[in-house]
Amino acid sequence: MAKVLMKGNEAMALAAIKGGCDAFFGYPITPQNELPEYLSYHMEQYGRVFVQAESEVAAINMVYGAAGSGARVLTSSSSPGIALKQEGISYMVGSELPGVIINVMRGGPGLGGIQPSQADYNQITRTGGNGDMKVLSFAPENLQETVNIVKESFALADYYRNPVMIAVDGLLGQMMEPVDMDQPVETREVPPKDWAATGEAAKRGKRNTIVSLHLDPYKLEEHNLNLQAKYTKMIENEQRYELINMDSEPEIVLVAYGSMARIARSAIDALKDEGIEVGMIRPISLFPYPQKAFDALSEKTKTLLTLEMSLGQMLQDVRLASNGKHRIEFFGRTGGVVPETDEIVSKVKAIMKEAV
Amino acid sequence: MNTKTIYQPNTGLTDRDFTYCPGCTHGIIHKLIGEVLVEKGLIDQAIGVASVGCSVLSYEFFNCDMQQAAHGRAPAVATGIKRVRPESAVFTYQGDGDLASIGLAEVVHAAHRGENMTVIFVNNAIYGMTGGQMAPTTLIDQKTTTSPIGRKKVGAGEPIRVSEMLAAVPGATYLERVSVHDPKHIRKAKKAIEKAFDVQMSKQGFSMIEFISTCPINWGMNPNDSLNWAVENMIPYYPLGVYKDATKEGGDE
Ligand SMILES: Cc1ncc(C[n+]2csc(CCOP(=O)(O)OP(=O)(O)O)c2C)c(N)n1
Ligand code: SF4
Repeated sequence: MAKVLMKGNEAMALAAIKGGCDAFFGYPITPQNELPEYLSYHMEQYGRVFVQAESEVAAINMVYGAAGSGARVLTSSSSPGIALKQEGISYMVGSELPGVIINVMRGGPGLGGIQPSQADYNQITRTGGNGDMKVLSFAPENLQETVNIVKESFALADYYRNPVMIAVDGLLGQMMEPVDMDQPVETREVPPKDWAATGEAAKRGKRNTIVSLHLDPYKLEEHNLNLQAKYTKMIENEQRYELINMDSEPEIVLVAYGSMARIARSAIDALKDEGIEVGMIRPISLFPYPQKAFDALSEKTKTLLTLEMSLGQMLQDVRLASNGKHRIEFFGRTGGVVPETDEIVSKVKAIMKEAV
Repeated sequence: MNTKTIYQPNTGLTDRDFTYCPGCTHGIIHKLIGEVLVEKGLIDQAIGVASVGCSVLSYEFFNCDMQQAAHGRAPAVATGIKRVRPESAVFTYQGDGDLASIGLAEVVHAAHRGENMTVIFVNNAIYGMTGGQMAPTTLIDQKTTTSPIGRKKVGAGEPIRVSEMLAAVPGATYLERVSVHDPKHIRKAKKAIEKAFDVQMSKQGFSMIEFISTCPINWGMNPNDSLNWAVENMIPYYPLGVYKDATKEGGDE
């Protein structure tokens, strides 16, 4: 199919429709508003559900209800709104309900700002919800990748019976880029949702209950061990990443995701023009973190430079992934400040100088 | 031989023993809902939403599909369910801490949107499950563990009357407050539940039945005294009756 020029938030909305989203529940917040705005009109056209909820808290609980009755459901928000949704996300994990959450990140803490940020890394990967919970999460770099992941995510959520979060920053949400909305994406064999509370107890021959409550500690522990087994399966099967300019087995390797990776690409090119080769690991999945990419690093790689639009959140995962094998450096801007290519170039040169 | 059936087990409820304290009226309210769902032929298309409170385990008691909601969020959960399953009979079962305190926004907005669902609101003027703390519905001078000298207007405010409040919400269709302190009122309460589900199944919108209920354990009374206390103290402040009937038959609007 031909490419169309679309704004990030609208492209994600259309991708959700194409991914089979039955229902959307959300609450306005910048910089994701074009997404619900688009769906408010188009979901109805497809005979699907759109509700503007009274709050993010209500929205995620509507998601919880609709997912519990077997629908493919989406909500979208931005950082402070995601914080409010955490209780509901924890209930979804606990009740093993699928659902897709799009987070168009902005700066914090508190009301923070509305400019692009990656400061939700901990909120996404460590999660703000209670309990031993994990959310399968992806942080795409461009609109095509974003669209494909959104389309794929509904089946992925169903497959694991777990929420999936797609985190982009305000840059991706607001930018326009040509995308092919109909690129084929990976599908999953998903068994029928015979667990769902659909209001068809007689037809099914038994009644279904959707709960996260287990008053017996041994039962709750067993439930948690089952959830852990699922997370382990995600760690085995869902690590996604891209390696950039790694053929030369560079001594310095950048680690960056999302919009920061775009800027890092320009830095790699600028350095190449000066005869300096640096590579990059670009995590696409945040949980599971792409450990495999770090395990496969050449002996020649000595330094990992973590780049973030936040102040050292992914840095902790880079340290864990390196497990002491590399010198770990960090450069980040935050609060909605988008770094310039030059800043990364200078940081790389400073590291090279120190190394000598 | 002629046999006449005078009582049958309530197939709207499961065989699971109730977890409610002796004399607590949660049990009577459950029984009425179960009966109505069966008698109206709705039990096999019903989806109930259990809330957080003493009735949290109601998902084990109602003999239909059930989903358990976070504290106060049942009307939002029910909204999600009903929007994707419009043919089902959706109800929430919520206490007064759940509905009138932490979940006030959710119930007001579900009513406001005219969600086609039925809310069962059990008002016992106290937080039962957590051990008898003050609720928004606790009466003036009523003693609870967090109002040990009795609730005072200054600082705690006056008790919230939810049915009266929702009557002012344009989207609400049917609101009635009932009591289950004697057989006559129990029969009346059952009629109210029937009406609420009729409103929902005829797609006329949001219905809520508020029950004056007891909490013998945390009120520190025996079951009989509790019923009397409810009649003497709660009903005067929370008068029984229909607060809104905007159905085709009622024609409030
Ligand atoms: C978010 C959250 N806050 C607090 C609680 C603790 N909690 C459990 S039940 C309850 C009060 C329930 O009271 P009510 O709704 O009046 O129902 P009752 O137990 O009286 O039937 C509270 C505060 C909780 N489970 N979740
Ligand atoms: S604590 Fe009160 S409301 Fe809860 S079951 Fe016991 S008597 Fe009923």
